[in-house]
Amino acid sequence: MRALNHKLWRDLLELRGMVLAIALVQVGGVATFVMSLSTYDTLLVARDGYYREERFADVFALLKRAPDSLVGRLQAIPGVERVQTRVVAAARLTVEGFADPVIGTLVSVPEGRPPDLNALHLRRGRLVEAGRDTEVLVNDTFAEQHDLQPGDHLTATINGRRKQLTIVGIAMSPEYMYAIAPGAVFPDYARYGILWMGRTALAAAHNMEGAFNEVSFRLAQGALAEDVIQRVDRVLARYGGLGAYARKDQISHRFLSEELKGLETMAAVFPVIFLGVAAFLLNVVITRLVNTQRNQIAILKAFGYSNFAVGRHYAALVLVIVLLGLAGGIGVGIWMGRGLSALYMEFYRFPYSEYYLHTDVVLLATLVSIAAGMTGAVLAVYRAVQLPPAEAMRPETPAMYRATLIERLGLQRLFSQPTRMIARHIERRPVKSLLSIGGIAAACGIVMVANFQQDAVSYMVDVQYAMSQSQDLTVTLTEPTSHHALYSLVGIEGVQHAEGMRAVPATLRYRHRSYRGSLQGMEPDGVLRRILDADLQRVALPEQGVVLTDFLAELLDIKPGETLTVEVLEGNRPVLAVPVVGLTSEYLGVSAYMQRATLNRLLREGDAINAVYLDIDERDSARIYHALDDMPRVSGTVVRETAIRSFHQTMEETILFFSFVTAILGACIAFGVVYNSARIALSERDRELASLRVLGFTRGEVAYILLGELALATLLALPLGYLFGHELCSYLSHSFRSDLYRVPLVLEVDTFAFAASVVLGSALVSGLLLWRKLNRLDLIAVLKTRE
Amino acid sequence: MNRPDTSADTHAASVFRVHQLTKVYHMGEVDVHALRGVDLELFSGELMVLLGPSGSGKSTLLNILGGLDTASGGEVYYRDQDLTHASEKQLTEYRRHHVGFVFQFYNLMPSLTARENVAAVTEIVRNPMTPEDALALVNLQHRMDHFPAQLSGGEQQRIAIARAVAKNPAVLLCDEPTGALDSETGVLVLEALERANRELGTTTALITHNAGIAAMADRVVHIMDGRISSVLRNATRKNAAELSW
Repeated sequence: MRALNHKLWRDLLELRGMVLAIALVQVGGVATFVMSLSTYDTLLVARDGYYREERFADVFALLKRAPDSLVGRLQAIPGVERVQTRVVAAARLTVEGFADPVIGTLVSVPEGRPPDLNALHLRRGRLVEAGRDTEVLVNDTFAEQHDLQPGDHLTATINGRRKQLTIVGIAMSPEYMYAIAPGAVFPDYARYGILWMGRTALAAAHNMEGAFNEVSFRLAQGALAEDVIQRVDRVLARYGGLGAYARKDQISHRFLSEELKGLETMAAVFPVIFLGVAAFLLNVVITRLVNTQRNQIAILKAFGYSNFAVGRHYAALVLVIVLLGLAGGIGVGIWMGRGLSALYMEFYRFPYSEYYLHTDVVLLATLVSIAAGMTGAVLAVYRAVQLPPAEAMRPETPAMYRATLIERLGLQRLFSQPTRMIARHIERRPVKSLLSIGGIAAACGIVMVANFQQDAVSYMVDVQYAMSQSQDLTVTLTEPTSHHALYSLVGIEGVQHAEGMRAVPATLRYRHRSYRGSLQGMEPDGVLRRILDADLQRVALPEQGVVLTDFLAELLDIKPGETLTVEVLEGNRPVLAVPVVGLTSEYLGVSAYMQRATLNRLLREGDAINAVYLDIDERDSARIYHALDDMPRVSGTVVRETAIRSFHQTMEETILFFSFVTAILGACIAFGVVYNSARIALSERDRELASLRVLGFTRGEVAYILLGELALATLLALPLGYLFGHELCSYLSHSFRSDLYRVPLVLEVDTFAFAASVVLGSALVSGLLLWRKLNRLDLIAVLKTRE
Repeated sequence: MNRPDTSADTHAASVFRVHQLTKVYHMGEVDVHALRGVDLELFSGELMVLLGPSGSGKSTLLNILGGLDTASGGEVYYRDQDLTHASEKQLTEYRRHHVGFVFQFYNLMPSLTARENVAAVTEIVRNPMTPEDALALVNLQHRMDHFPAQLSGGEQQRIAIARAVAKNPAVLLCDEPTGALDSETGVLVLEALERANRELGTTTALITHNAGIAAMADRVVHIMDGRISSVLRNATRKNAAELSW
C-alpha cells in the first residue's frame, strides 16, 4: 500500500489545478452553510442570554389603572412566580436643537435598585436615585441620535404638563431592542425615545400615586402562559385591562423573532442550493478525474491489486480533496459568520455577544460534503474496475452519438457540422446538460432574490404611503374627544385638511380564534386615509359591519358574511357582534375598519375621535408643530415624511447587505458551474478540438464548438432561472408573512435584467478564461497520445 | 528494383523544399535534437514513404511540413510560401486549404456521422469534393450515415482518408495510418490512399516504421537519428493489394 500512498500524493500534486477548483466550489457551499447557521445560533444564544440576564418577563398586561393592593391577587394566580407593577406613560419630548415632533414612552423603575423584571443594561451613567424626581435614563439608540450624555437635559410633556428632566444614565433593555412607537411600523430612533423614570416621580406626574397601569409576570417553570393570561385578564377586567399577552406577542420580541425567522429561512434555503450545486460539480469533476485514470486502474489491476484496494485508493483521493474543501469552507464560514454576527449584534444592539458554532452544523456540513464527493467517485470507480484490465488499457471506444430530435424531424439542413456537434453533445448526456442548466438557473434565481427584496419594499412604501396613507401628519389625542377638536386643528394656519378617526383596543374573536388588536373607525369618504383592496382599488366602508385586512381574516379563519365578535377593551368594555362585510389588502400591520359614526354608536358615545389626520402646507410645518405642542390633549405627532425616511433607512441597512451578499453568491455559483463544466468539456474533448485545429479550423471556429454549448446552456438556463427565482421569491414572501407585515411578490423588469447580466457576465468571464486555455492547446501532443 | 535517387531525372514541380532543417526540443535540462539538418524535396503527384525507427525524427519532419510545428533552423518552403516564418494564422490557413492529414488514431469527431465528418472539412474550404464522392473513393458510400462508434477501426481510418482528400489538398500527410490496424485491414486503408494518389494526383507523404509498405512508394526516404540516411527510388510501384506484413 505504501506505493499507492505515494501515488495518491503525487496525483494530488499533479492535479492541483482541478483539486483547487473542486475545493473552491465546496468552500463556497460549506462556508455559506456554516455562516448562516452559526449566525442564527449566535443570535439566538445572545438573545436568550440577554433575556435571562435582564430578567425579561414572560407575560405582560396593560390596564387603565389599578391600586397597588391588587398585587397580592395577581401574585396568587397559579403559575405566577413574580409580579412587577409599573407606571407607563406616553409623552411628547423636546430635544434641544431638534425641530421635529418627538414622542416618548416613560417607564417607571424602582429608585436606587434594579427592577425585579425587565431590568436595564446600563451603558453609561447610573440608575435613578431615590428622591430625585427629575432623573431619567434614556435608551441608547435615542441618545446616540441626539448625542445625549448623562448630565444633559430634556423636556417631556406628560398629561399636558411640561417637566424638565435630567439624564443620569444611558441604558438598553430587552423590552425595547426594537423600539417602535405605538402605531408605527418601523423604528425611528430619532423621533421615538424610551425614558426610564423613578416610580414615585412618574406616578406623581401621571396621577398614578398608589396605583399602576402595567404589570409584568415571570412564570413558574412549566406554567402555561395561556392559563395565566386568562386569569390575569379576569382580574384586570374591571381595572381597564387591555388584554394580557405572552412574551411571544411582545412587540420588540415579535420583530426580532420575525427577523430571526427570516435569517433561519435564508440559512435553510441558500446553503441547500449551494451544497446541491457543489455536490453536482464535485460529482462531475471527480467522475472525469477517475475516467482519465482508466489506464492506471487497469495497470494496478494487472499487477494484482483487488477491486477493493483500487476503490479504496480512489476513495482516499476524493476524501482528501473533499476534506480540503471542507476545512477551507468551515474556516471561511466561521470567519464570515463572525463578521455577519457582529453586524447583526450591532444592528440589534445586543449588549454582549459571543460567537457560537454548534457542532451539529460542522457535522452536517461534513456529512453532506463527503456524501456528495463519494457518490461521484463511487460510480466512476465502479465503472472503471468493472472492466477487465486488458480492455481498460485499450483506448476507450468512440463515444456513442446519435442524430438529435431536431435532425430526426428533418431540420438538419439548417445547421452546420459544428452546430450539430453541439446539439448532439448536449443530447448525448441529457442529465448532465440538464444539471448544468439547473445550476446556472439556480444562480439566476438567487440573484433575483437579492433584488426582489428591494422591489418589494419600494412597492410596499408606494402603496402604504402614496396611495393608502397620504396624510402629512397623524396627531394622536390623549383620550377620546369630541370631533369639534377638528375645528381647532383646521384653524391652525397651514393646515389644509383634517380628518378624524376613532381607534379602540379590542380583542377580535371568531370561534376559537382571537386576535388582540384594535377596531378603527374611519370617515367613509375620507381622502387622506384610504382602504384598498388587492387591486389597489378603494374599498367602500358600508354603514354597517366591519372590513378586515385579508391576512387578519385568514388568521381568524373568517369570511365576509360571517359575524365577528369584538370585545372592546375600553370604557364599559362592550362585547359586539359585527358582520364582516369586506376585505382590504395591506402590507403593514392588520386592522379591522368600520365607519366612525357606527363605531361611536356601538360604543354608546358621542361624536368622538382620538386621532386626526392632517394635510398641511410644508412651509408652515414648524409653526404647526409648535401649535400642536401647545395643545394639552395632543399626545403625539407622527410626520409622514420622516416615517417614509426611517422606513427606507431601516430597510436599506438590512437589505442592501443581503442583496450584495446574494448577488456575489449568485455570481459565484454561475461562474462555478459554467467554468467547471467548460473546463471539463475541454479536458474531455481536447483531442477532438485539436484535431479540428489540425484540419484547419480557426481558433474561433473551435471555440464555437466548445463555448457554443455553454452559451446555449446559459441561454436555456435564463428562463428556467426566472421561473426558479419567481418560485423562490414567492416562497420567501410567503414564509415572511405575519401580522406585522407581508412582503408582496413584486418583481420588476430591472430584477430580471440584473439577474441575467450577473449570469451572462459570469459566463463571459468563464468563456474568456477558457479561450486562453484553448489557445494553448498542444496540437501535436494531443494527436500523439491515445484517448 | 531500387536505385539511389539523384532527383535529376524528375520533371515534376517541387511541392516542398526543405533545406538544412533542424529541430531541437528542450525537455527540462536536456536538449533533444529531433532533426539535425535535413535536405529534402517532395514533387507534385509523387507518393513518398518516410521510413525510420521510432524516435528517428520522421514525425517531427511531417509535423513541420504540415504546419503543426515550427522549425528551429533551416528553411521549409511549400511552393513559394515560407513555412519557417509563417504566423499561427497563416499556418491555420495553410492547413485549412492545402494539407490533408491522416493520423494513426483516426481522430474523427465522435459526434458526427461519416458523411458529416467529411462535411465538417468541406464546409470550410474552397472547391471541395462532395462528401459522398470522397466516401465513394474509399468505398464507404454504404456507411455514410454511421457514427464512428458504429464503425470498425479500418473503416474509421478510411473515413479519415476521405475527410483528408475531400478538400482536394495539394498534399496528403499520413502519420502511421496503418499503425493501429491488422495487416488485412491495413491493406484496405493503403489501397484507399493509393487510389487518392493515382486518381487525384495528390502528393502524398506517408510515415511508417513498417518496411513492407515501402514498395508502394515512388521514393523511399530512410531517416535515422534526425538525418536522412538514404533516398531510394522504386523502379516500379507495387499495388497496395500486393503488400503484406
